[in-house]
Amino acid sequence: MDVDKTLDCIGLYCPMPIVKTAQAINSLEPGQVLEVLADDPGIKSDMPAWAGKTGNEFLGFEEEGGEIKVFVRKGGG
Amino acid sequence: MAEQEKMTLIVFSGDLDKALAAFNLANTGASMGMQVDMFFTFWGLSVIEKGGLERGKKSPMQYMMGLMNRGGAGRRKLSKMNMAGMGTHTMKGLMKRFRMPSLEESIALAKEQGVHFLACTTSMAIMGLQEKDFIDGVDDFVGAATYLGLATDAKVNLFI
Repeated sequence: MDVDKTLDCIGLYCPMPIVKTAQAINSLEPGQVLEVLADDPGIKSDMPAWAGKTGNEFLGFEEEGGEIKVFVRKGGG
Repeated sequence: MAEQEKMTLIVFSGDLDKALAAFNLANTGASMGMQVDMFFTFWGLSVIEKGGLERGKKSPMQYMMGLMNRGGAGRRKLSKMNMAGMGTHTMKGLMKRFRMPSLEESIALAKEQGVHFLACTTSMAIMGLQEKDFIDGVDDFVGAATYLGLATDAKVNLFI
């Protein structure tokens, strides 16, 4: 997947990955993709919940070992 | 996007663990684009007090109460397993190790994210607290009707 920005949230727990995602998405243009690296499994449910409430699009996640890559497309535009 | 969703929290408790839960939810709500209002009342006021020792306008009884329950985010204790401060100290150490924000950091983050802080004037009167006894981030000093006005417009209303 083409990623425009990567946000490292490894080692952070709820709610910090979501708070940081909300901050990071501000620097993107509509349609661009943010990749969030996390290891708190809560992110797999939290990110789609967040995206659904904020007008952004949850594109899915990849999991390898304990590391989770989550992809979100900025909405609007 | 549709009309902004709203959330209110009554922070009644001055316990560290409960205050942390309240701020985690407030910060998450703000990150989800919600308008978040936190209404601090009774023991919850201590979370946003500066925690100074000034006598202010307190009666002797109020001053004594204030000494026995000093305000300030840094002085909050766990509701369980405080063990004369040892439990609280241990929990703070664990939170640091797991890179979780402290209560003070959570308060700063909430202000950064535009969360509104409201202080209950009735509780302030009982405890002899004045506006200047609170941290800078308090947006307003109000009563229950103001809170209920906000709560009736909000989908998420929590009492902690």
